[in-house]
Amino acid sequence: MSELQADRSSGRVVAGAGQRRSAAGADLLIAAIGFAVLVSLPFLFSSKALVDFVIRCAAYGLFATSLNLLVGYTGLISFGHGMFFGLGAYSFGLLMQRTGLSIPAAFVLTLLISAVAGLVIGAICVRLKEIYFAFVTLAFQMLIHSVILSWQPLTGGDQGLRGGIPRPVFLGIDLGNQLHLYIASCALLVVGLLLMRQIAQSPFGYTLRMVRDNATRASFIGINVWRVKLAVFVLAGMFASVGGVIMSLFVSGAYPEFAYWTISGEGIFINMLGGVTTFIGPMVGTVLLLILNDTATRLTEHYGIILGVVILFFALGLRKGLMDFVVEWYAERRDKASTRETST
Amino acid sequence: MDFDALTGCLVSSACIVTQTTSGLIIGMLLFLVAVGLTLIFGVLKIVNFSHGAFYMFGAYFALSGYQLTGSFIVALLCGSLGAAAIGLIFERFFISRVYGRDVLMQLLVCYAFVLIFDDAVKLIWGPEFKSMGMPAAFQVPPLFIAGGVVPPFYLLLVAVALAVAALLGLGLARTRLGKVIRAAAHNPAMVSALGVNTALIYGAVFALGCALAGLAGALAAPVRSLTPGMGFSVLIESFIVTVIGGMGSILGALIGALLLGLVRSFGSIGFPLFTDGLMYLFMVIVLVARPTGLFGKDLA
Repeated sequence: MSELQADRSSGRVVAGAGQRRSAAGADLLIAAIGFAVLVSLPFLFSSKALVDFVIRCAAYGLFATSLNLLVGYTGLISFGHGMFFGLGAYSFGLLMQRTGLSIPAAFVLTLLISAVAGLVIGAICVRLKEIYFAFVTLAFQMLIHSVILSWQPLTGGDQGLRGGIPRPVFLGIDLGNQLHLYIASCALLVVGLLLMRQIAQSPFGYTLRMVRDNATRASFIGINVWRVKLAVFVLAGMFASVGGVIMSLFVSGAYPEFAYWTISGEGIFINMLGGVTTFIGPMVGTVLLLILNDTATRLTEHYGIILGVVILFFALGLRKGLMDFVVEWYAERRDKASTRETST
Repeated sequence: MDFDALTGCLVSSACIVTQTTSGLIIGMLLFLVAVGLTLIFGVLKIVNFSHGAFYMFGAYFALSGYQLTGSFIVALLCGSLGAAAIGLIFERFFISRVYGRDVLMQLLVCYAFVLIFDDAVKLIWGPEFKSMGMPAAFQVPPLFIAGGVVPPFYLLLVAVALAVAALLGLGLARTRLGKVIRAAAHNPAMVSALGVNTALIYGAVFALGCALAGLAGALAAPVRSLTPGMGFSVLIESFIVTVIGGMGSILGALIGALLLGLVRSFGSIGFPLFTDGLMYLFMVIVLVARPTGLFGKDLA
């Protein structure tokens, strides 16, 4: 059941401008609470592993949630979304190593680079139908991966971008300090999620759902489907590249694996794991996958088999993501409660 | 970029012959993989994202078969039949559950098996690079055609691939089974209503596609190194072939594969660092000019 249908069946009308403003206020509140909780974590538990884990969650979470804008909201199954993750990591790392720009300037420039890449690649891809779209985005991902591998003087080839990323202090923030990096990553995550949530709940977001459910009808009422798809492709690519920036700061470098197709595959699986019908699903999926990943790699070197079996279990067995079950359970309870009310 | 080398090559007949044959080899191997992919898509409406794994299985089965018996014919049989057997099991127990489901699920199931198959090969044959070596029958001096070097094994490879193309084309066009398969691709419900066991047809087509990929892997084993995950780049390339040639067209797969092979072999002289890029560029040009591919029908 899509979110739009969920809204309809519960009798809620799609929010008007006033309601939307109050909903945005609620989102802001949740974001502020979430940020406060995340920031307090290192003070409550002095665990370095936890800090590292949350930073990785921030990187992958932004990437996976941005993919959900494409997969869940627009019905565009991109199998090459990882290219923006890799592009973000490499652009930011190279800008910092080669140009001596300040971190905010390099960050903005990285966003611009991904936007341009998204515009060019998206212009070619979004016209294509389902499976073609999936594979052609995948082909572009492999193109970027092969460029990274072969352009050795610039990218370091298969060795990756080494020698560390310089982190000049800006506005009193020193990203060389693990705690500062942690707070900055959390801030990027929360702001990124908040922005994506606003995009998803805006009239543009509802246009995306309409394009997903019936592109022909959308074009009949005057929506330029191609332009809408291209816009969301570019936006999602920019958010994914922020995930790459966090990752490059975390490992202080960039590796060709960041642009490899498996990242895209994991992103798709994260979305499946958490469920694409809720906004928060991919975030839940990210946490689950990273826990699974860390446990499995600690226990065995045959990570692929374990991950594969888990994917099969979800894709063929459960057929839904975790958050989908939560939503259904919640809706069932509410329905029961309302029938009880009407019967009394 | 090295245009001098490219023009230098294009004026020497020896270089042209050598590069053309190596382009033909790349193209023929790609054709065998791509034609299986396009056949499966045409009938089952599923893009087998794990198709590269069957190429890999073919190569490894051929390696084991060759090491056990020392006969390259046995190796070829092991490669294609082994891949077909795994393909049949895979289709019956897993792929058949996602027919008609959304593309996301189909991709995920195949993705899971790419991971599982790659790790399984790592478990069975080890993670390191393996090589089969040229079979004894082909360890003969190469032929010289117009100054270019052509190993005899290459001739066998091209002959086998062309024979497969001809057999497939004729089989689909002329035989009764071919007619049933084409009908099932067009309207499976009607074919089933006429008393044909479509599940059997689906399984057979999937196994045939996998056998072709396995045959390609077995043929590639003497000239390429074997490694777990070797199938993935082949999958991407053969997908590009089907995009260029048009999904569902055997002739398109042949032409697309040959074009791509030639682009790769001549591109490696002119643009050594951008050989892969050239291939993608070629695909983009075709996609922009003819979104359904050179020989594709409209897939709407």
